[in-house]
Amino acid sequence: MKAHMHTSILAGAAVLGAAALAVPQPVAAQSVDFAGKRIEWIIPYGTGGGSNRWARFYVPWLQKALPGNPVVAVKNMPGASSTKGTNFFARRGSKDGLSILGTSGSTQFPFLLGDRRVKYDYADWEVILATPVGGVVYVNSKLGVKSAADMKKLQKVALKFGSQGPTSLDLVPLLAFEILGLNVKPVFGMKGRGPSRLAFERGEVRIDYQTTPAFLKRVMPLVKKGEAVPIMTWGTLDDNGKLVRDPTFPDLPHVGEVYKMMHGKAPRGPAWTAWQAFMAAGFPAQKMIFVKKGTPKHIVAAWRAAAAKAIALPGFEAAKNKALGKYDQAVGKRAQTLKKIATSVPPAAKKWVLDWLKRRYNKVP
Amino acid sequence: MLESIVLALGEITSGTHLFYLFGGVVMGLMVGIFPGLGGIVGLSLLLPFLYGMDPTSALAMLIGLVAIIPTSDTFTSVLMGIPGSSASQATVLDGFPLAKKGEAARALGAAFSASLYGGVVGAIVLTFFIVVARPIILLFTSAELFMLTILGLSMVGVLAGNCLPKGLLACGMGLMFGALGGAPATGEFRMSFDIPYLGDGLPLVVIGLAMFAVPEIIDLLRGGGAISRSQSLGKGWIQGLKDMWINKWLCTRCAGIGCMIGALPGLGGSVVDWIAYGHVKQTVKDSSQFGKGDIRGVLAPESANNAKEGGGLIPTLLFAIPGSGSMAVFLGGMELIGLEPGPSMVDGKLNLTYIIIWSLALANVIGAGLCLLISKPVARLTTIKYVYLAPFMIMVICFAAFQATRDLGDLLVLFAVGMLGILFKRFGWPRPAFLIGFVLAGNSETYLYQAVQFYDWGFLLRPGVIIIFVLTALSMWFGARNAPKEEADLGGTAAKTMNMRPQAMFAGLVVLMFAFGLYDGVQHSFLGAVYPVGICVVMLPLAIYLFYVTAANKTDNPANYDYEVEGDHVGRDGVPRLGYYLAWLGGFIAAVILIGFWLAITGFFLIFLRARSDASWLRILILTTAGVGFITALSWIMVLDFPGGLLQHYVKLPWPLS
Repeated sequence: MKAHMHTSILAGAAVLGAAALAVPQPVAAQSVDFAGKRIEWIIPYGTGGGSNRWARFYVPWLQKALPGNPVVAVKNMPGASSTKGTNFFARRGSKDGLSILGTSGSTQFPFLLGDRRVKYDYADWEVILATPVGGVVYVNSKLGVKSAADMKKLQKVALKFGSQGPTSLDLVPLLAFEILGLNVKPVFGMKGRGPSRLAFERGEVRIDYQTTPAFLKRVMPLVKKGEAVPIMTWGTLDDNGKLVRDPTFPDLPHVGEVYKMMHGKAPRGPAWTAWQAFMAAGFPAQKMIFVKKGTPKHIVAAWRAAAAKAIALPGFEAAKNKALGKYDQAVGKRAQTLKKIATSVPPAAKKWVLDWLKRRYNKVP
Repeated sequence: MLESIVLALGEITSGTHLFYLFGGVVMGLMVGIFPGLGGIVGLSLLLPFLYGMDPTSALAMLIGLVAIIPTSDTFTSVLMGIPGSSASQATVLDGFPLAKKGEAARALGAAFSASLYGGVVGAIVLTFFIVVARPIILLFTSAELFMLTILGLSMVGVLAGNCLPKGLLACGMGLMFGALGGAPATGEFRMSFDIPYLGDGLPLVVIGLAMFAVPEIIDLLRGGGAISRSQSLGKGWIQGLKDMWINKWLCTRCAGIGCMIGALPGLGGSVVDWIAYGHVKQTVKDSSQFGKGDIRGVLAPESANNAKEGGGLIPTLLFAIPGSGSMAVFLGGMELIGLEPGPSMVDGKLNLTYIIIWSLALANVIGAGLCLLISKPVARLTTIKYVYLAPFMIMVICFAAFQATRDLGDLLVLFAVGMLGILFKRFGWPRPAFLIGFVLAGNSETYLYQAVQFYDWGFLLRPGVIIIFVLTALSMWFGARNAPKEEADLGGTAAKTMNMRPQAMFAGLVVLMFAFGLYDGVQHSFLGAVYPVGICVVMLPLAIYLFYVTAANKTDNPANYDYEVEGDHVGRDGVPRLGYYLAWLGGFIAAVILIGFWLAITGFFLIFLRARSDASWLRILILTTAGVGFITALSWIMVLDFPGGLLQHYVKLPWPLS
């Protein structure tokens, strides 16, 4: 409907230079047709990062799968650790399926940690699709570490880690390093994972992590040149919520396995519970597409059907594996389960992390 | 390497490649000519075309688009004094005074030929440099990057005008404005009054528009008449071409500087044109005309900023780290069409890299040529009575400012910093020095912090740091030796003001600003506080000294300057007070907050033209329709928002009223 108004207003403006008022038409009974419409997809991140790439990757597939093949226009609205664009959607997004939101782990974290800037609630939105992702930790090859089996060697070295800040997604690596007993000191002020990787290439930091797509594209060349050595992943959750190996990197152990290799027993305790909760919030459903609750049921259903259709289109699988890694894109019920995991952490875990942030980094989100 | 060059040459001279390159250039020209939009908008325009195209054609189109943006934003910089992007702020300094002198066509001719020349020189440098670039670039760690920001800051010496304390204070204010928002080391929000908008810091585009465009618009409106004081357009663009050719060595040097600085990831392109401008002012024999319309002040930044885009390809292609907004667009586009940047760009895919580099050069030639062709008719805008242009200009700068973060805060900052800009202009405080400080604030703090974390204070003894330090010292020495003896020149020309009270009040305000910075700083943790507190501790005594000079009415001090006494509009009839048009702007922004941008701009056109011009209602309606229709069409095509006001908050209205 919005697009209808655009055209009529445009014509009116061209002739009169004044507003021509378009009368909203009632939504047709059951069938949904977005033909000629423009869907506005708010991405609360800038054009440089992974969320933007993810959205731009999905645009053509969604356009093909949505009824009527509407134009899907990505709108980048970065700011205030992604709370700005997300707040905007919460306040101004329409409930007609023409306005959707794409969030990432760094949108989930401020929400879970009770950041003051958050004016949105995930309970107000219906999830359409969820994209899992993993994370890979790698070290400088000059450290002499060949794999996770040599981790004990790493414990003795003082390492630096480039980070955006302890309340960002970097909470997951920072806490993991602490649990493993590594001597890692973060250097903040990095403007993203890209600059951290550049600091790694310069030799300024000797341990770093990247999400799966960035690792495959940007770090694998360094591994092949013998400059970087991958040692572990965050792992991923199986259907029972148990931490298992990342399917994209079946040869790399996850953090829990590495702990066991180093200490001879499986990790446990409040720190480990908190880490698992926040890892689950940050990675297995890192990026999600939402429409608002209160959107007519048949429109939500049309969106869900379109998402399912998009990921089944011929050519999607190969393109996805290349761009986003070998993770099954979640739609329907599975997306809803993942949303639940990603947007709720047990109160005890939350409290532990808040205390830890205060104690370790003097940081109150 | 040779084989790759031959392969690449064959590809770029093919018909289809040229066709798509040309298409990209034309598209970029349409976006780039409008201030404040540039890269990101360009990408959203181009995206629908990229899908389904074969990669090389899509790449050609993308390059055409990226290449033209730093060229086409020169139009508004030179003609209107509105910096179209952060890459053309330095061009305003001399380009706009030339337009005012009636030499707009010459300035544009010089700017575009310098762009073309810079782009080509940049491509030649790149052809050889890219093969060996990776290890060299990795030598530039946070320590060296920090030292480069110091080199940039040292340019303040030459941009300070005839009163160094004012220049240093202006730069210090720029640094403080840049330090506003989240601290790099700790993320604490500094000087943000708990306002989320301020937490992200102030956007450079808005600051540039506020410091340069707002004061000029007000000044031109008060002066009456047109931008160009003579009705002729001067000797035209041929003269500009000649200017470029006479100064070709200068342009070569600036292109080299632009290419090299652009190649360093993490420094950002916005400092390149200031360094080039500082460089030319330091090295020419007679620099007394800079800031008043010296053609070399146009040539230097323009030859540097096109070469910078070429240099920016290096971190983009080799490390996938885009150095500027337009390179981020380019990177996004490359990934969309399935090209992966990385070390292989110089191993296996060298011919592709050469296609990219040479297409960029070619797009520069096509783009600059197109701009030259249209520069003469476009320059005629400067002969139109300004009162007719003003509502368009105000609409354009407000809309452009709002695109920075799409927040009403953008407009409020535009107004508040615009007022500061007006006072800077009135009391002869150097606005470029403020901009330099602002541009480098974030990087200098971040890299200093990181360098100390990574290397401890021993970073100061790294060879690269020492080399850049020596360069900085040399550049300052050149600058000092070359400083024009302005005191002697100004001896008897203008009547100095005898009453320095207004200046004293402004100096007092500056003292208060730094005092507040200090007060705010000490409330934060050590790492969040050390940088702003350090600046304030240095700046406060200087500000107090200046306050003393002005408050004690020492009229023969070089700091004494008041445009309202010395300006050429003084004593003419019908010149309204300084605050008069500012009130118009303020009224418009207030209206936006109440009823939203679309309704407010329509009303503003009607009321302003009725009140300030002698146009008939019919003419007013035509102008209003043209202006509002244009902005409506533009924002619809490019999926841009209009700022909404309180009205839109309470009542749901159809687009574009929403």
